[in-house]
Amino acid sequence: MATNLQIPVADRRAPVIAPGHTFSTVTEKISNIVLKRPISLGWIVGFLIMFSLTNMLAMALGYLFIKGTGIWGIDIPVGWGFAIVNFVWWIGIGHAGTLISAILALLRQTWRNSINRFAEAMTLFAVACAGIFPLVHTGRPWLAYWLFPYPNTMNYWPNFRSPLVWDVFAVSTYGTISLVFWFTGLIPDLATLRDRAEHPWAQKIYGLLAMGWRGSARHWHRYETAYLLLAGLSTPLVLSVHTVVSFDFAVGIVPGWHTTIFPPYFVAGAIYSGFAMVLCLAIPIRAIYGLKDFITERHLETMAKVMLATGLIVAYGYGMEAFMGWYSGSKTDSFLLWNRLHGPYQLSYFALLACNIGIPQVLWLRKFRVSTGWLWLISFVVLVGMWLERFIIVVVSLSRDFVNSSWGMYYPTKWDWMTYVGTIGMFLTAMWLFVRILPMISIFELRQLLPEAHTHEPAEVGK
Amino acid sequence: MSESSIYGLMAEFDSAQALVDAAHKTHAAGYQKIDAYSPFPVEGLAEAIGFHKNRVPLVVLIGGLLGGLSGYGLQYWVATITYRTNVGGRPYHSWPSFIIVTFEMTILFAGLSAVFGMLALNGLPMPYHPVFNVPEFAKASENKFFLVVFSTDPKYDASGTRNFLQGLSPSMIAEVPN
Repeated sequence: MATNLQIPVADRRAPVIAPGHTFSTVTEKISNIVLKRPISLGWIVGFLIMFSLTNMLAMALGYLFIKGTGIWGIDIPVGWGFAIVNFVWWIGIGHAGTLISAILALLRQTWRNSINRFAEAMTLFAVACAGIFPLVHTGRPWLAYWLFPYPNTMNYWPNFRSPLVWDVFAVSTYGTISLVFWFTGLIPDLATLRDRAEHPWAQKIYGLLAMGWRGSARHWHRYETAYLLLAGLSTPLVLSVHTVVSFDFAVGIVPGWHTTIFPPYFVAGAIYSGFAMVLCLAIPIRAIYGLKDFITERHLETMAKVMLATGLIVAYGYGMEAFMGWYSGSKTDSFLLWNRLHGPYQLSYFALLACNIGIPQVLWLRKFRVSTGWLWLISFVVLVGMWLERFIIVVVSLSRDFVNSSWGMYYPTKWDWMTYVGTIGMFLTAMWLFVRILPMISIFELRQLLPEAHTHEPAEVGK
Repeated sequence: MSESSIYGLMAEFDSAQALVDAAHKTHAAGYQKIDAYSPFPVEGLAEAIGFHKNRVPLVVLIGGLLGGLSGYGLQYWVATITYRTNVGGRPYHSWPSFIIVTFEMTILFAGLSAVFGMLALNGLPMPYHPVFNVPEFAKASENKFFLVVFSTDPKYDASGTRNFLQGLSPSMIAEVPN
């Protein structure tokens, strides 16, 4: 045991949990944020701002339902516009949560235990925001259930050869599995809140949600098996989701879409933007709620490295697209490259290169990886950059395709912007509530990381 | 109190290691109907109380197979039997297009089976359970470790079992009323 304890000292990196914590202090520190901490004025003001943005979303959607998609900037040739740009952006952001909770669990990366809970919550809220867009983009969202195969009087069935139908299955499976994965992880912590809550209603509600969890060894055994299997199932699932989203494009023949590099390049981009969002949320949250003992410098630095690595894969994707524009000898493909560099949207293309490839390279320097201010700023830049990437893919490709006579420009209207900003408000409203209602860090998984949690077989009775 | 109104005897320990050791000794002493409670999964604890195999993986396997088969079956039936559509001259049974939905349905069913199977095998939700009658048990979700010998165990006898548990040097012993 003694040698184990010395490892963090010899290691140049910061520890996963600051030294000196016990089962009780970990439990107290995290559960008190929910149960004891008074609601601050800052929280209320922030909540009101975010909630009014959510109401703006409701207004934008309400007007859309009355008038139809004509209130947006979409037209022929650019029929996809903001709705699809934002859909892909939000779905991509969600990917970091599943990556952290599933893939890093399989790889036994213990540092994930401090950030998986709120990264998963972020996934859920991001998927909820993403889901709105294709739904309202159908034009008749009240008939959206037509997308699902069900017996009906029209004797009609969806076309299973269409990537758009694949997308329905991929995204709805992803949303469902993310929800149950997150809830499964919450059950033992809900039991902790039930046992610590003082208000009778809090006891009742947490008790109801904890479903009578009592920490029996038999239960833990099945629980751990189920959790591991869920992690194993979610790993191919998360990689498949953005792959299927990229098929929406890659199966089409539009220049700039019809490429085989799309699936891996989309998945890398998704993880890139997802980690940027995790950092954008984690940096202020750990400062405000005093969680620097659990979300340490080590976590921020590791996430910065993941961001740098996935950013380089994305850069490779851009490079390959440009290379193929030249090497394929296809007129439309080389025109696409020219159009990105010199066409009417050239400014957004240069901004994209700066945000996604240029600026994040400073993360090679440790100074930027451990400075919270810089790291927050770079993460924000990456989020903007990844949004621009989807804008370029959707809008620039569609606005000028094969036939010059059918070219056209796309300009988002105020309704487009209100819907987009509104979903950001909805996302943050949900996060705002989440940090005060549920434990934002997995308490039982942190207990497991403490040295006291490790046991060994007794020699005399062990078989 | 008569024996039937007693659910069992509970012993409290201060560390995970103490609980694992105590569970081993209790099981080795011939007690079969015992359970251990901890605030986090403790390695080797389930084995110590004699619980080796769980059926969650089997449930997940069956769920996954059912999901995959129903996903593929639905697409096959729609595409070749009930709603034949010529899409780009492809054969009706254009199986490569059906892989994705089959895959997603496999994951969906397997994942839901993992969660609901685990809950069902654990007998959850269970709003009432006798162990919660002991006030100290509230710490089972924080920092204390508990061992319970059920009164249904053939070896159980109120004073003998209490003496045995006392020998494991717990920090507290309590009777669990039903």
